[in-house]
Amino acid sequence: MSAALQIDQRLGKGWSKPHFIKNPIIRWGFLLAIIVYLYLAVNSIEVNWARISEGLSRGWEFIKAFSNPDFTSRGGDIWDGMVESIVITITSTVVGIMISIPIGLGAARNIAPLPVYLICRGIVSLSRALNEIIVAILMVAIFGFGPLAGFITLSFATIGFLSKLLAENIEDMDKVQAEAIKATGSSWLQWINYGVQPQVMPRLIGLSIYRLDINFRESAVLGLVGAGGIGATLNTAFDRYEFDTAAAILLIIIVIVMALEYLSGIIRARVQ
Amino acid sequence: MPINQNNGVKSWRLHTQKQSLLRWFGYLGAVAIFMYCWNKISEVTTWFFVWDAPRIASDIGSRAFPPRWSYMDKLWGPIWDTFNMATIGTILALMMAVPIAFLAARNTTPSAFFIRPVVLFIIVATRSINSLIWALLLVAIIGPGVLAGLIAIAIRSIGFCAKLLYEAIEEIDLKQVEAVTATGASRWQVMAYAIVPQILPAFAGISVFRWDINIRESTVLGLVGAGGIGLQLQSSLNTLAWPQVALILLVILFAVVIGEWVSAKVRGAII
Repeated sequence: MSAALQIDQRLGKGWSKPHFIKNPIIRWGFLLAIIVYLYLAVNSIEVNWARISEGLSRGWEFIKAFSNPDFTSRGGDIWDGMVESIVITITSTVVGIMISIPIGLGAARNIAPLPVYLICRGIVSLSRALNEIIVAILMVAIFGFGPLAGFITLSFATIGFLSKLLAENIEDMDKVQAEAIKATGSSWLQWINYGVQPQVMPRLIGLSIYRLDINFRESAVLGLVGAGGIGATLNTAFDRYEFDTAAAILLIIIVIVMALEYLSGIIRARVQ
Repeated sequence: MPINQNNGVKSWRLHTQKQSLLRWFGYLGAVAIFMYCWNKISEVTTWFFVWDAPRIASDIGSRAFPPRWSYMDKLWGPIWDTFNMATIGTILALMMAVPIAFLAARNTTPSAFFIRPVVLFIIVATRSINSLIWALLLVAIIGPGVLAGLIAIAIRSIGFCAKLLYEAIEEIDLKQVEAVTATGASRWQVMAYAIVPQILPAFAGISVFRWDINIRESTVLGLVGAGGIGLQLQSSLNTLAWPQVALILLVILFAVVIGEWVSAKVRGAII
């Protein structure tokens, strides 16, 4: 007994991992707060077990539908919806880029004067704060059902994304090159064109391709609120419990998104 | 160097003749595609409504303001639900994303031939389908309610979190792993003492980032019947109660700003 104690004393204390939060009161309080929150939150969720057990067979049917998707019986609707989604994606990306380039220039502090900067930053944060679906609802209310509402929504969303990242890129640019162009006596437009643009162009192309990818994903859901695209077809398929058609649509979306992601990865790797 | 010859005077130009011609055709093709797409949209648009839009917008605006503040009493419950969907959804997603990320990372996967492709497919499939579509699907299967929204958020977030996490795992410093292995640590001990401490900051950053995104997404899930404040938004829209819509939009905007602020603070503290 005493020999073992002696050996323990010789060896010293074993190492134990330091705690993440040093103060024990804060540590235990934090843990307790999380447990209380989780308890309250989980209790506030109403779960209707009867409905779930009834639905599980439907869920299983849906999973089975994935092994046997039905591309043909609603082939026309799927095709129309897909074309509309792609059309919305392309137009909104192009228009969004065209609008976001001047706004991006305006939102870069090293190029734009303060009033312009503030206005452009305001537009960017407004566009980023509003969810696409909410904008789509408002646009449908204003412009009526159809792809035009989806097109306007996605153009607006593109502005927030692209302008912000473009402006950050311009703010990080190399001043020396821009100054060299300025020293040749260039006009403002020439300065932007030869001093700034070549520096941000690779990133702009990469971001545009990435945004094309995002816009396609988003255009697939805009149909749920009536803004055109494949979402409307998907919604109808779910409402009628035509899971084989829904599975076909989802598979097409996954394949297109994967292809786009792969493509955008290649293009971004090449230009950057 | 590409040079312009003009009456014997040489001047510099950006592109050679061939390059300019190629670019010109490129632009022509792009414009043609755009015009074709635009025509497609234009065909199915009722232009009368579009020309009428400014009047309708100002009409809606005048009906929506001032927002009906008294409606706030009925919103606290849905706000709590929305917050829970985002938070618990994120927690569930992280619980599933961590093992998936370890299986997907090249340096920790048990089998690069069988398990890795399967796991990568799970990541891509959950990522490429929007949470609103997941909610639609789950509402059809398990019925409308908060649970459907919560699971939709969780599934949608798995791919996102797992992808960022496995990229972080692949970038770890191997020297620390080697050092811990050299002490005779088991596979799990290496995991706990060499790999986990290195990815913990990335993990915290990713979870807060995704939580922020999930707050935004959970506000609209109610539109397809998956609970939260979107449900109130849908019913207010259906009854054309614009003052209520205005209030709900303000609440959502406020929630999004708070979420972004919290996430920026936490990420700033970690990194």
